[in-house]
Amino acid sequence: MTHSERVLLDADPASTPNGGADALLRLEGVTKNYGTDVVTHVLHGIDLVVRPGEFLALTGPSGSGKSTLLNIVGLLDRPTSGRLAFQGWDVAAMNDTELTALRGRGIGFVFQLHHLLPAFTAQENVFLPLLADRGRRDDEMMERASALLAEVGLSGRAGYTTNSLSGGERQRVALARALVMRPPLVLADEPTGNLDSESGAQVFQLLRTFNQRFGTAFVIVTHDDRLAAQCDRVVHLLDGRIESDTSAG
Amino acid sequence: MPFALIVALRYLREGKGQTWLILVGVGVGVGVIIFLSALISGLQESLIDRTLGSQAHVIVRPREELPRVLPTSDRAVGVVTVERPAQRVRSIVQWQQARAEITRIPGVIATSPTISGAALAVRGDGANAVLVRGIEPNSYRGIVDLDKFLMRGTLDLEGFGAVIGVGLASDLGLSVGDRFRLRAGGGSEGDAGGVQTVTGIFDIGNKDLNARWVLVSLRSAQSLFGLEGGVSTIEVKGAEIYGAETIAVEIAGRTGLVADSWMKSNEQLLIGLRSQSSSSLMIQVFVVLAVALGIASVLAVSVVQKSREIGILRATGTTRRQVQQIFLIQGSIVGLLGSVVGIALGIGLGYLFSTLARGPDGTPTFPLTLETALYARTAAIAVGVGTLSALMPARRAARMDPAEVIRSG
Repeated sequence: MTHSERVLLDADPASTPNGGADALLRLEGVTKNYGTDVVTHVLHGIDLVVRPGEFLALTGPSGSGKSTLLNIVGLLDRPTSGRLAFQGWDVAAMNDTELTALRGRGIGFVFQLHHLLPAFTAQENVFLPLLADRGRRDDEMMERASALLAEVGLSGRAGYTTNSLSGGERQRVALARALVMRPPLVLADEPTGNLDSESGAQVFQLLRTFNQRFGTAFVIVTHDDRLAAQCDRVVHLLDGRIESDTSAG
Repeated sequence: MPFALIVALRYLREGKGQTWLILVGVGVGVGVIIFLSALISGLQESLIDRTLGSQAHVIVRPREELPRVLPTSDRAVGVVTVERPAQRVRSIVQWQQARAEITRIPGVIATSPTISGAALAVRGDGANAVLVRGIEPNSYRGIVDLDKFLMRGTLDLEGFGAVIGVGLASDLGLSVGDRFRLRAGGGSEGDAGGVQTVTGIFDIGNKDLNARWVLVSLRSAQSLFGLEGGVSTIEVKGAEIYGAETIAVEIAGRTGLVADSWMKSNEQLLIGLRSQSSSSLMIQVFVVLAVALGIASVLAVSVVQKSREIGILRATGTTRRQVQQIFLIQGSIVGLLGSVVGIALGIGLGYLFSTLARGPDGTPTFPLTLETALYARTAAIAVGVGTLSALMPARRAARMDPAEVIRSG
């Protein structure tokens, strides 16, 4: 068992900020600054709790700090100050290897540009996170990738290289990749921002479907108010602060 | 197949142009190293064979005779002139024990007792100064492969048989079956009045030796030089040509006799060979450096080109160590495949050289030494250099900040 696996399995939930009970993700007073000589304050004391199975839209104008917040929530970046707990684990205490393991197994990513690897087929792109996690290829991971591709309506495209897929198809492959580890949280950064309205609607519908069927929590960064309105909860950022946090119904 | 290997192979296949370019670069480097190594070692082997083909690696002989200065009274002051006596052919005291001791030294593969002394070869009115070499043909074959030099007759030294060089045969008009007389210093002629019968004629490839050497049986030489039962030299062959000096030092230490290695007797040749090796090594080092820089720069470009993909891999759970492995494996594969290309190129160049560089008789000027060990060594160097060259780009890739490269990559 690797060190990171031990961290995930052996740590005491009681020692974590929220006891790991109800919150999937908890941010307390998170700030983020860039630069040393000239300091840019991007996030100012963000407090946010994301619960399992939530379907949350993160909105705000350009420069409001959405991407920075998404990077911190996605364990790709560390806050300057404040506390961040994911599944009950205080990530500030983790080293890079432990963070990578937690991120790989716990968080899926969907980017505005699909960011698939062109050297691999659609199916291979989907199971790459599993392959990185397990170290070696096996039949189960290929089956899981095929099943996910079927779920996103691309069963006939498994062997295609990503360059031969349309924009909407690539984004659906990216969504399948984000879900292959069965993570409790998926972060989607403008997942429909680069698609035509029809493809965008299809991808958004898929996000919703996976949320409802598997209970996966989604945090979706979007500029599109119509999409945000279809989410269960909308968190609006302005100048690095949460301006509003509203739940539907 | 492991994750890092799968990704590394895909990246190499994806960047076909770059991969071929780098493979050709490594291949040319490896080819040059193989060709150059084969050329230099072929040249050296040819030189050594020509020089050492007719001599022992180590020659053991008794200490020189030195005059002793008699002690005078403590208060006496005088001038003493020491005259060096003329050296004569002398036997090694208890040579059988000395030979047995030498045989036990690690690295010694053959020993042969011999007698070497100057004499005059006379036939009719003709006379030539010669070096008589009394040998035991069987044991001497372990030192020098005489049979391959034999042009006519046989190596039959029984009785008063003698094998002479083509030069002497020509000078004295001798053929197989002819007789001539040997006369040692002081007019000694040994048994049968020094008359010898030519049983064979050799061509060693050295004009001086062909004109001077007369091979006779050990017994004939003992009789000629008055060394009944004795030998003047023990000739030694070692397993490793360049281990001769070590063996010589060991022999001198164990037996108290004088032991001269070919390396000491042919110091200028040795310096020449070492200079050649050094020049060859320097060229190879620069070729390896050029190859290493080539691999490193291509992989560095690849890291920049793939920075966003590296970011995605990192975001989706690939560890820094795995990212590093992806590029290290690419370096190793490039080294391995490049060495295959290079070995083929080296063999091709060798074949071309052997075809073009030929002597008047149509045989290659000297053979190239193309061996499996050379291929294996060069391939190992190429893989090692490939992996090491990839180290810096690999570390750079592993250090990339995924958030940064996804955003800006």
